[in-house]
Amino acid sequence: MAEFEPKIVAFLCNWCAYAGADLAGVSRLQYPSNLRPVRVMCSGRVDPVFIIEAFENGADGVLVSG
Amino acid sequence: MTAVDVYNKGLQDRKAAYIDYPQAIPLSFTIDQEACIGCGLCEKMCLAGAITYEDQERSTDLDVGSIVLCPGSQEFDPKDLDYLSYGTHPNVVTSAEFERILSASGPYFGNLTRPFDRQEPKKVAWLQCVGSRDLNRTGNGYCSSVCCMYAVKEAMIAKEHAHSDMDCAIFNMDVRTFGKDFEKYYNRAKDQEGVRFIKARIHSVIPVADDSGDLALRYFTESGELKEEIFDMVVLSVGLQIQESTIDLAHKLGLELNHYNFAKTGTFSPVETSRPGIYASGVFQGPKDIPESVVEASAAACAAGAPLAAARHTCTQSVELPEEQDVSDEELRIGVFVCNCGINIGGVVNTKEVTEYAESLPGVAYAGINLFTCSEDAQNNMKEIIKDQKLNRVVVASCSPKTHEPIFMDTLEACGLNKYLFEMANIRNQDSWVHAGNPEAATQKAKELVHMAVSRSATLSPLHEKQIPVNERSLVVGGGVAGMTAALGLADQGYECVLVEKEAGLGGLANKLHKTIDGTDVQAALQDLILRVEEHPKVQLLTQTIITDFRGFKGNFTTEVLVGPEMTSRKIEHGVIILATGANEYQPREFLYGQNDRVLTQMELTKQLEARGAKDINNAVMIQCVGSRNEEHPNCSRICCQSAVKNAIHIKEENPEANVYILYRDIRMYGLLEDYYTRARSLGVLFFRYSLDDMPVVNEMENGVSVEFNDPVLGRRLSVDCDCLALSAGMRATNTDDLASVLKAPRSDDGHFLEAHVKLRPVEMSTEGMYVCGTAHSPRLLNETTAQAKAAASRATALLSQPYLTLSAVTAEVDPDKCASCLICVRSCPHSVPRINQDGVSEIDAALCHGCGICASECPAKAIKLNWYEDTQIMSKIDALLEEVV
Repeated sequence: MAEFEPKIVAFLCNWCAYAGADLAGVSRLQYPSNLRPVRVMCSGRVDPVFIIEAFENGADGVLVSG
Repeated sequence: MTAVDVYNKGLQDRKAAYIDYPQAIPLSFTIDQEACIGCGLCEKMCLAGAITYEDQERSTDLDVGSIVLCPGSQEFDPKDLDYLSYGTHPNVVTSAEFERILSASGPYFGNLTRPFDRQEPKKVAWLQCVGSRDLNRTGNGYCSSVCCMYAVKEAMIAKEHAHSDMDCAIFNMDVRTFGKDFEKYYNRAKDQEGVRFIKARIHSVIPVADDSGDLALRYFTESGELKEEIFDMVVLSVGLQIQESTIDLAHKLGLELNHYNFAKTGTFSPVETSRPGIYASGVFQGPKDIPESVVEASAAACAAGAPLAAARHTCTQSVELPEEQDVSDEELRIGVFVCNCGINIGGVVNTKEVTEYAESLPGVAYAGINLFTCSEDAQNNMKEIIKDQKLNRVVVASCSPKTHEPIFMDTLEACGLNKYLFEMANIRNQDSWVHAGNPEAATQKAKELVHMAVSRSATLSPLHEKQIPVNERSLVVGGGVAGMTAALGLADQGYECVLVEKEAGLGGLANKLHKTIDGTDVQAALQDLILRVEEHPKVQLLTQTIITDFRGFKGNFTTEVLVGPEMTSRKIEHGVIILATGANEYQPREFLYGQNDRVLTQMELTKQLEARGAKDINNAVMIQCVGSRNEEHPNCSRICCQSAVKNAIHIKEENPEANVYILYRDIRMYGLLEDYYTRARSLGVLFFRYSLDDMPVVNEMENGVSVEFNDPVLGRRLSVDCDCLALSAGMRATNTDDLASVLKAPRSDDGHFLEAHVKLRPVEMSTEGMYVCGTAHSPRLLNETTAQAKAAASRATALLSQPYLTLSAVTAEVDPDKCASCLICVRSCPHSVPRINQDGVSEIDAALCHGCGICASECPAKAIKLNWYEDTQIMSKIDALLEEVV
């Protein structure tokens, strides 16, 4: 069996976490490629429905960061 | 080629072609001329052709009306102070080096280790006043103002980073945490985090004679006991000084510098140099920390702008935009522009594969690759493609929308496309740069990010940014030095200003002041200020006026006031509001104040000295921190040390025979004030330290009072019979309970208005269009008040000078048909924007909305949408990503 590669949906706040993810790039920090960022204007914009939608459609993990 | 990394204080190396530091603006490479060997390889290799290798220094003539100088300062270099072992022992570092060691982008990636053996230190000492308050060895007689606070901060962060309980000791003469709320931070470090503060100036740092890398510090305690302590690491809290290049610049410009090479400025002209039209701000004007530097920079902008007000907007060029096309009935035609970013993306991600994949996605009419999508030629090319291909949605797969979204949005607008029909896929910062070792996975991720972006772009519809006019009138609350200076700052820029004062006369607390410590005549300056306010055609003065109602938003406020003894009601429409409500001297309840007429406050003593001199004073005692730095009022009042020293000097100069005793906890003669502290000591003023748990005791006598206190140096109790006891009573913010509630303006525990950001936005308040200055913000001296008032005027001008404000279209909108008025949005909004309107449904003012979308998530009826981030627009990304999964 191929190694398990989780698909993780990441809701990132535009003002902190998204900027942090950009800075990780500028600093060339290396991390696994499983994260798929979705930019939101505030982590408070993340309706629980989005999280459920992601899991229902087969996401292995959801990260809300803000 | 390798070079020394100067930004990281030489603690590591970098390349000769380098970016100065991760947050540098612009974030672009430069060539270190000193390390470059001149091979020219970089020019040949650069795909963008961005390197002009033979580039030479050029002279350019600029015609300007004003000059603002902010050349900053340099840290004192302690290498000549050989007794500190700096430069000879790796575990002795400067505070600036220690900052880099603590930083995640520093040489040790934020792991707190000492340079000698890269082990985590267990015991760290900070030595204060290295290159400051030291006339003997360095000639820098001033206090650098910032080192106490940064040493406390470094100790706190070091403790946070440490894996075990770290012992942090700060060796100091006085702890000078005099800034707004700084004292609370110091107390936290001392009382909760266990940072040790030791009153001693270390004579020498001696490496321990083994291979441990440790260092021995020997010092006398205040009671004279000799102690030796071994530390793993020693941090030298180096001061600030003016660099040679700045001194040269000042000479070239013909500016007067003071004896420490800081720019000469005046109390009521704190940013004006000796040469009209040239302004100074930041440490060049005198040692100071970030908030004061930001304040002065804005103040200098205000002062520099006033004489140029007539020329405002005369050099502005505006862009002509084509009319926006209606794409609502068009079939989807999405264009995808994939960027190689030189090799930044293309070197990892297979952009060709990504482009081919994009072409296969539904709705995509065009997909292409650029070397640098943001370059001017690529932008022009993009415009042609958008027109030729009749694209009605655009996706750019490149870097971060945080930096480049506005550039591409402009490109859309230039083609007549609504700028919100745009989406980015971040395949550089969040892909190629962070998965450099795995091109296959990075390419797969890029494809999925593009798919998500394409899918979202299909759901986008045009949005229009509202423009609202700006009312050019301003309202200043408070007619003291701060309020008047702010009003004149605005009026001199050409903006009408209404100045309201609750008392009958202008001047505020300054009416009770006579001279500043440098001898400036306060009353003369104050009368001049009042005259200018009264005569300025752009200033409308309303005295005996109170504010009863306030509503609206930036650019369009309405304030209702009651004017004069008749309480005439008036309505003022204005675009900005500046709060300058001031402060008063604390009325002491301690030390027999009010019971014995020999007990005065410093302000009362000044008045007495001005009226009848110091001849009749034989013994004067002054007690510092009365009503400050205690449980009831934890903050430092900043100005009282200099008030005491000012009066002490006055007494000693007029009556050298008089004895003056100052009982203090820390003498906070920060910055250039230190000179006056030195002068007071040389005149024979005696200073005794007392502590909160051993307060001086005052007893009534027949002809005066006696003060009993402990002398920590002699270790004995002393008693002084004095004919004058001056209490250095702290500053208290004016009671603004009613005003703050009408304005909905937040205040600190001690009644000072709260700024939007303590460091970077020191005069703006969290309500846009509202500003604060002077002692309404925090205790401060007249020169600092004047600078802050000008800063507030400057920030307000930045808003007033716009003919209209463009509001972001990313705001929440309520569908009144769905709203059940449940109040959840009202409660959940962090900015208190939603309100229930006359129709009984929630209404969100686009001018006030910050666009976070919390209300949209919380609304149980789904009656609220956040434009550009609607549910379907976010969900489309999740669906696209997971399309192939299930």
